[in-house]
Amino acid sequence: MSLGYLGSYAAVLALFVVGVAIVAGALFANRMLRPTRPTPDKLATYECGVDPVGEGWAQSQVRYYVFTYLYVIFAVDAVFLFPWATVFAAPGFGMTTLVEMFVFLGFIALGILYGWRKRVLTWA
Amino acid sequence: MTDAPSYLSPTGQEIVFLLLGAVAVGAALLVVTTRQLVHAALWLVVTFGALAGCYLVLTAEFVAWVQVLIYVGAIVVLLLFGIMLTRAPIGRSADLDSGNRPAAALVALATAAVLVTVVVDGFRTAYAPLRAGGGSAGEIGSSVFRNWVLPFEALSVLLLAALIGAIVLSRTDIRGRG
Amino acid sequence: MRTTLLAAADPTLADFGHDPLWISIIKAVVIFIVLMLGVLFGVWFERKLISRMQNRYGPNRAGKFGLLQSVADGLKMGLKEDLMPRTVDKVIYFIAPVVLAVPAFLAFSVVPMGPKVSMFGVETPLQLTDLPVAVLLVLAMASVGVYGIVLAGWGSRSPYAMLGGLRASAQVVSYEIAMGLSFVGVFLYAGTLSTSEIVGAQAGGNEIFGVPMPSWYMITLFPSFVIYVITMLGETNRVPFDLPEGEGELVGGFQTEYSNSLKFAVIMLAEYVNVFVVSAMSITLFMGGWRAPWPISLWDGANSGWWPLLWFFAKMVLVFAFFIWCRASLPRVRYDQLMALGWKILIPVNLAWILLIATAKAFRLTGTDRTLVYALGIVVLVGCALIWWRFDSVMQRRKEEREAQVQAEFEELGAEPAAGGFPVPPLDLPHYHGVARKEVSSGSN
Repeated sequence: MSLGYLGSYAAVLALFVVGVAIVAGALFANRMLRPTRPTPDKLATYECGVDPVGEGWAQSQVRYYVFTYLYVIFAVDAVFLFPWATVFAAPGFGMTTLVEMFVFLGFIALGILYGWRKRVLTWA
Repeated sequence: MTDAPSYLSPTGQEIVFLLLGAVAVGAALLVVTTRQLVHAALWLVVTFGALAGCYLVLTAEFVAWVQVLIYVGAIVVLLLFGIMLTRAPIGRSADLDSGNRPAAALVALATAAVLVTVVVDGFRTAYAPLRAGGGSAGEIGSSVFRNWVLPFEALSVLLLAALIGAIVLSRTDIRGRG
Repeated sequence: MRTTLLAAADPTLADFGHDPLWISIIKAVVIFIVLMLGVLFGVWFERKLISRMQNRYGPNRAGKFGLLQSVADGLKMGLKEDLMPRTVDKVIYFIAPVVLAVPAFLAFSVVPMGPKVSMFGVETPLQLTDLPVAVLLVLAMASVGVYGIVLAGWGSRSPYAMLGGLRASAQVVSYEIAMGLSFVGVFLYAGTLSTSEIVGAQAGGNEIFGVPMPSWYMITLFPSFVIYVITMLGETNRVPFDLPEGEGELVGGFQTEYSNSLKFAVIMLAEYVNVFVVSAMSITLFMGGWRAPWPISLWDGANSGWWPLLWFFAKMVLVFAFFIWCRASLPRVRYDQLMALGWKILIPVNLAWILLIATAKAFRLTGTDRTLVYALGIVVLVGCALIWWRFDSVMQRRKEEREAQVQAEFEELGAEPAAGGFPVPPLDLPHYHGVARKEVSSGSN
């Protein structure tokens, strides 16, 4: 366990702390400086400028869910491509690794094709 | 394997690890006890984040950032979209508790007990010193593509199955036979 | 001929993590201040440049050339009353801007801006830190930013904000995949995910007719670069992909309810910092990072000392100007076109391109088992041909069906005497008197 590893992340942590501190500080200063004179009109949601009607709330459609689901699957896929790309040129990998990735992506491609065929990829 | 250092003098790293573990467990408890569905998703982010922190302390940096990318970024957003798909309750919901609370607690405790016993029994006093760079993309890649090729290929089939399942579920016009 | 003239000042992964804490803090604070100033003057630059492109002056009142316009806007936002609608989820409404802004700043920690320099007597690289998985950190931070968008839309409890949040997040996640895949080509060539080493890998160059060609991945991996540029616009919700804030249909998108306050300023800040992050990544991964471009690189001192900061900054300005140029000249795409581009073109093309360069690389790498490569190539080609043939016949059938349907409708209309062959509204159409409630329920899209 070298110092370098922890040091690298200590720097990330430093930036995180500085970031949170400055954003939080700005919002706090804003709270101190700004006037607060609420009226019922000011407290209504703006929507599109017309007085809001009803609950202003409804369900979303399933297609957003489907695209996020696709995102999860392809994110997992991409995550496996990263280590593959880094070791690919190293001695002892090469051809076999290439064939393995062809098989892997072949299965994923079947999934894309199925979705394409069932017109899930089309935003309708 | 080298000799294990004493448990009684924890290093700074171990303390950070324990603290992160405590945060993860605490946030997980809040996930199941909060009365607002969306806040449960928020606490889940804290749990996953603390878990990623644990991985980082264990020098598994690739896994840690993948945890952030996939779980915090993708899975929780998926859960949020799932919540928005449903009745989408605003504010506190009184009916979040089902009568299964004691049973669920029992199952959770039993699972935890099994896992802890297996880990303790499997490793006992084994001690592996942490090595910086041991969790980098290159190391993960060489171990996946040298030793774990079959699970890797099986994963692609799993992903395919998940993909097709999601497509079939989301399309009401794809019917089963009969 | 490959010449890798890595000077001693070029940082490698081993050089990071040894800074004293105070140096790290100084760097972190400097990055923060530079980004803040960058946003202030970036907004000014964008307004000024786009005005010039549209043949008008742009901001020219506050300060010389209107330079202080953004400062004035920022001060105004900081001092204005904060309107928090009664119905919002207070915690989420408050957290969302912070979740948007902080990860955007964090991604800048791994951007290399120069070689090792002497800072207050300490030898240190001009980069806050570097990790063996640095690019993954940038992607992870981008996906945490998505979370901020969803929360802002949800917490506002307003149909337009909600819809904008959903759209924005669906768009960002779609383009993030293509973005991650466009990096794979770079990793394949550089063999690492560390940003400083990727910059180092672009140092050497081939020579053609005595003129040293840049070995930037922008040239050697041109398709990856093009895909990255497209996803970079999509990921940051910029024109032509600025649908989340399409004013005509969504009011202000997910930020509608953040009417006018510092929270809105923080959201804007996060958006601009995100633009800077993707610009910096394009420079690091595809345009040689902080290294000087060719005519300047003839000068020996170009890539040492503090000079590279200047080249990096100049490249940033150019990439940012490209963003503005796009905004001034391109129309907004439709949402279905956006999704189709992301899923049907960028991702499949990207995967095919990755396999192609990997095959080419493997070919050169081993050079022993060529029959296998040919066999693979034939399998892939035959597979693609079969799929294309199948798709083509299905498309053809659909097209014919559509044409037949249009023809049938046309004949039916022509036969109807009241319509006279033209589609006119029926005479017994009820008059519109308005409705007591909304016809289309809120957020139903």
